[in-house]
Amino acid sequence: MNIYPYISLIPLIPFIAFVLLGLFGRKYLNTLSGIIGTFALGVSAFLSLATAYQYFFVDGKVDGVFRQMIPLKYTWLQFSSNLSIDMGILLDPLSVMMLVVVTFVSLMVHIFSLGYMKGEERFATYYSFLSLFTFSMLGLVLSSNIFQIYMFWELVGVSSFLLIGFYFEKPSAVAAAKKAFIVTRFADLGFLIGILILSFHAETLDFQTLIARLTDPQSSQLLSITTASFLGVSMLTWGLVLVFAGGAGKSAMFPLHIWLPDAMEGPTPVSALIHAATMVVAGVFLVGRLFPVFVFDGAALIVVTYVGAFSALLAAIIACTQTDIKRVLAYSTMSQIGYMMFAMGVSGKGGEEGLGYMASMFHLFTHAFFKSLLFLGAGAVIHLVHSNDMKDMGGLRKYMPITHITFLIACLAIAGIPPFAGFFSKEEILLAAFHSNKLVFFVALFTSGLTAFYMFRLYFSIFWNKETKPHSDSHGEGPISMRIPLVILGAFALLAGFAPIAKLVTPDGREIETHIDVLFSLTPVLLAITGILLALRLYKKENDIADKIATAFGGFYRSAFKKFYIDELYLFVTHKIVFNLVGKPSAWIDKNIIDGMMNKLAEGTAKVSFEIKGLQSGKVQGYALYFFLGIMGLSALFIYILN
Amino acid sequence: MNEIPLSHILFISTALFFIGMYGFFTRRNMITILMSIELILNSVNINFVAFNKYLFPQNLDGVFFTIFIISIAAAEAAVAIAIIINLYRSLHSVDVNETSELKF
Amino acid sequence: MNLNLLILIPFITALVVLFCNGLKQVRTVALLGSGLQLILAFWLLYCFYEERSAGNVSQMVFEYTYQWFAPLHINFHIGVDGISIAMILLTAFVVIAGVLVSWSMDTLNKEFFFLLLFLSMGAYGFFMSLDLFTLFFFLEVAVIPKFLLIGIWGSGKKEYSAMKLALMLMGGSALVFVGLIGLYFNTNIDGFHSFDLLQISKMKIPLDAQMLFFPFAFIGFGIFTALFPFHTWVPDGHSSAPTAASMFLAGISMKLGGYGCLRVATYLMPDAAHAYSEIIILLSTIAIIYGAFATLMQTDLKYINAYSSISHCGFVLLGIGMLTQTSITGAVMQMVSHGLMTALFFAAIGMIYSRTHTRMVAHLGGLLKVMPFISSVFIIVGLCSLGLPGFSGFVAEMTIFIGSWQNPETLYRIATILACASIVVTAVYILRATGKAVLGPITDAHFNTLGDALWNEKLAAILLVGGIVAIGILPFWLNDLITPGSQQIILQTGQNILLK
Repeated sequence: MNIYPYISLIPLIPFIAFVLLGLFGRKYLNTLSGIIGTFALGVSAFLSLATAYQYFFVDGKVDGVFRQMIPLKYTWLQFSSNLSIDMGILLDPLSVMMLVVVTFVSLMVHIFSLGYMKGEERFATYYSFLSLFTFSMLGLVLSSNIFQIYMFWELVGVSSFLLIGFYFEKPSAVAAAKKAFIVTRFADLGFLIGILILSFHAETLDFQTLIARLTDPQSSQLLSITTASFLGVSMLTWGLVLVFAGGAGKSAMFPLHIWLPDAMEGPTPVSALIHAATMVVAGVFLVGRLFPVFVFDGAALIVVTYVGAFSALLAAIIACTQTDIKRVLAYSTMSQIGYMMFAMGVSGKGGEEGLGYMASMFHLFTHAFFKSLLFLGAGAVIHLVHSNDMKDMGGLRKYMPITHITFLIACLAIAGIPPFAGFFSKEEILLAAFHSNKLVFFVALFTSGLTAFYMFRLYFSIFWNKETKPHSDSHGEGPISMRIPLVILGAFALLAGFAPIAKLVTPDGREIETHIDVLFSLTPVLLAITGILLALRLYKKENDIADKIATAFGGFYRSAFKKFYIDELYLFVTHKIVFNLVGKPSAWIDKNIIDGMMNKLAEGTAKVSFEIKGLQSGKVQGYALYFFLGIMGLSALFIYILN
Repeated sequence: MNEIPLSHILFISTALFFIGMYGFFTRRNMITILMSIELILNSVNINFVAFNKYLFPQNLDGVFFTIFIISIAAAEAAVAIAIIINLYRSLHSVDVNETSELKF
Repeated sequence: MNLNLLILIPFITALVVLFCNGLKQVRTVALLGSGLQLILAFWLLYCFYEERSAGNVSQMVFEYTYQWFAPLHINFHIGVDGISIAMILLTAFVVIAGVLVSWSMDTLNKEFFFLLLFLSMGAYGFFMSLDLFTLFFFLEVAVIPKFLLIGIWGSGKKEYSAMKLALMLMGGSALVFVGLIGLYFNTNIDGFHSFDLLQISKMKIPLDAQMLFFPFAFIGFGIFTALFPFHTWVPDGHSSAPTAASMFLAGISMKLGGYGCLRVATYLMPDAAHAYSEIIILLSTIAIIYGAFATLMQTDLKYINAYSSISHCGFVLLGIGMLTQTSITGAVMQMVSHGLMTALFFAAIGMIYSRTHTRMVAHLGGLLKVMPFISSVFIIVGLCSLGLPGFSGFVAEMTIFIGSWQNPETLYRIATILACASIVVTAVYILRATGKAVLGPITDAHFNTLGDALWNEKLAAILLVGGIVAIGILPFWLNDLITPGSQQIILQTGQNILLK
């Protein structure tokens, strides 16, 4: 059966759920809305699994290569004869894999939220926002047109804004939502200009055509984009780097990462869905989508590599110092996405060289499971403790056994301990880096050790360490709807590493042979175990070694704790420079100079008329005199001058 | 007996015109101003009649015009005196400087 | 269909309103009249599609000519193309929403509704005029009521604002008139001068005359649409006007200018438009950026929207100045989109003000809790303003950007990039205002006692949101409606930038 025409239902069902719940949810459907939203997403998830099966195992492959398919395409907005925004569906291994990841994680989060958000006043609104997000994210991954992706990109951003600011009465939540939206908007500016550059030279907005034209050495479009340059850099590089800037904003890469930790103000399931598994990997997805062009222009790929590697390291260092558990997870997300990014960066066009691309996608896949599991677990913990701070936690393993086990699985997975999921994907990434860029490889290796350390620091601080008693009115691990997703995701975190991504998702659609090299794997695994042991020593029991070490590091620790003062720098730039040096003068100039000019003009007119109004004295004889003189003057004029 | 030359008559009418003008500008009494206007009008009348007689004796246009002006002047005087009386009622004065309401 | 109906219906309604007694009758009549306008506007759209599908390819359809003053060849000549219909639809939407939000106008209600309806007649006439004299006539009809609307029903320093607005707009129309007369005396149709737009478009105006009169016409109309540096009437005028008048002012009047710039200045004097395009781009880019930054510092909701209107209307002029088919289509879309959006914004602000009695952002807070409907509308319109996909603002702005980028010269590129950058600033000021006024904790205990929107306010908001979303989700119908018109204008300029 050909199910491709039904693919459009996958994003549309959540959209319908959004409209339905958004308009009528609050008044008529309140408690039912959770069920409706979850059911809608269940249907979507089922359809995406069916699609994945159909594509990967039935008819996606032609002559051993996965082909790109466009089962649906409508012209949405025609700009000119060759530029148009089309609403279409592009199926290739990348989008099909993302489809599965997004619907699956979203379904888990929907189920989890049934318990987590229960009793919330705006329960229906919450579900409608979740549906909106899922709709936009699915639209994003299915996009066949670069402008279509931009549209859904923005929609994802706004649903993230709405969900972060869900607790709108908390000023910090509102501030975080604003920050997330504005920072990503700023990055999207780059994306937009990148699109303009690429589409102008390629003379199309369609992905397939665009990639075909910009990678064909004979095409006139490629010639025009490489010969045109600005500041000595070719337009192709500019376009790609700017597009990547958009991706870096969404994926929280340095220096546009500042919104992600704050975004944790949103409800925790939302963080699991948006800020861990799906939206934040959109940047990686975007690079993957345009990968042939990126490979063609090496310069842009180098930027991707180094930004990714630096972000991975920076985030891992900061994560070691944070005490808010969600922030630790946020920085760890940033670090892992950095991994995916530089894996993309070190990848080659195809064949065995395409390992990096494959590894990046593989890591995206496994990361989605274990990171959403970590967040949902953290959500369960927060649900119990009513605090985000790890200082308020400890010894929770007795109160929440399921959460404890699944959390441990996820930690082992992210630390890269075999046979958990993260091990396999991380191995491929390290291998790819080892073969192409030694510097990046060592950074990655160091980071993976750090990762194991801070994750287990988190784990031990929550579940071991000092004994704390939850409040007497505590509800244990929460309802069954909160436990099921944890178990399912735990299973996936355990097993996702065995998924045959290498056979399915590669840059050129051909299989890549992978094999685990035991000797090579030894180093990262040992490093990870060292990290875990260190964390065990420091945090398993209550002691003050950690504080001593922190004091020993002194300034470095403090600045890492303060996130290297990047937030402060941004605040300085926006408040002191943009507001004070641009905004205020603009407003002042408008009020005083430009409007002042208008007012002065009016005043001048008034003054002149005041001066000459004396002529209108009201004295009849005076008027007669003017009249008489006028007549005389005119007579003189006509007789002596004009004659 | 020689005819009186045109210039003599024109001289008189010009003199009359400027006397009227002078009165118009210098007098404050509105009745006097009205009289001055009559003088100006009559100087014009003299001109009309004189030019008619000396330049186009076969036509009567100038004379007609004069009669026309005289009748208009009569009407005008009636209206003007009515206005002056009304002003006198409200201002208790016929001084033209008092009637400077119509300014600015 | 007979276009005169669109002029007569508002006129008759306005007259009937004068003979009504009491607020109830007045507002019922006004609502009926404006509802009828909306129906007529849609009927016109339908007839237009019928006419086009029946194979009528003439530039203007439903033309009607009546000789007004034969010796000077002044005719009452009306007709519509896609651009006019888009503007007429916009007007109809704004008028009915304006009537609905003024539902409980208590002072001098008869006169108020009379002026609103009279103004709408001017707008319809303006958008249909095919004769420059008719066009000018309706322009004046649409200007003068505003003075009274602000001066009588306004708030704050209303006399000052009304006077400022009237003087600046009158100055604008004076410049326009000079431009029109200049055009008139440079036409020669069978030995006579002509005011007829279509006839003028078919002949060539001498270049020096174009160069002389283009600035008059463009700046004149530009004043209406907040051309920098003649935009200062916008903040004062909008903030002092009553809600419905603000909606009309931003939603309709500012569009009169944009339409005039396009239809009269650019269409009739294409060579001059080319020659001056760099100056236009410069001024409009300044307006966009500077308007956006000036908005950042505003503390009054109405001022925020007024300054953001300056920035948004800058996009209209930018699109016109870029002189590509896509950018001009985008400019018209932006007019429609901004008209609906800003009307809705003022409506929402008016609803908030009428309840809380303050418009200062600092004094507001947490309104989403107490008035969810109004606050949701406020958030929606904010998102539309910052160009979120799914709303009309995105479609219009992106069309302008794509169109502008087709212009490969450096100055044009820089202008486009700056214009793109302004959407980030827009996001900042919109979110600042929204975050403080609508979200966050409730700042004033008495807000808890306030009620949500009434049916009339809800209906007005739903109508406008419907328009915004209809364009945002299904933009192609508007695009198809406008494109032939913008194509005509580009053909007139004789050189397609794409081919340069």
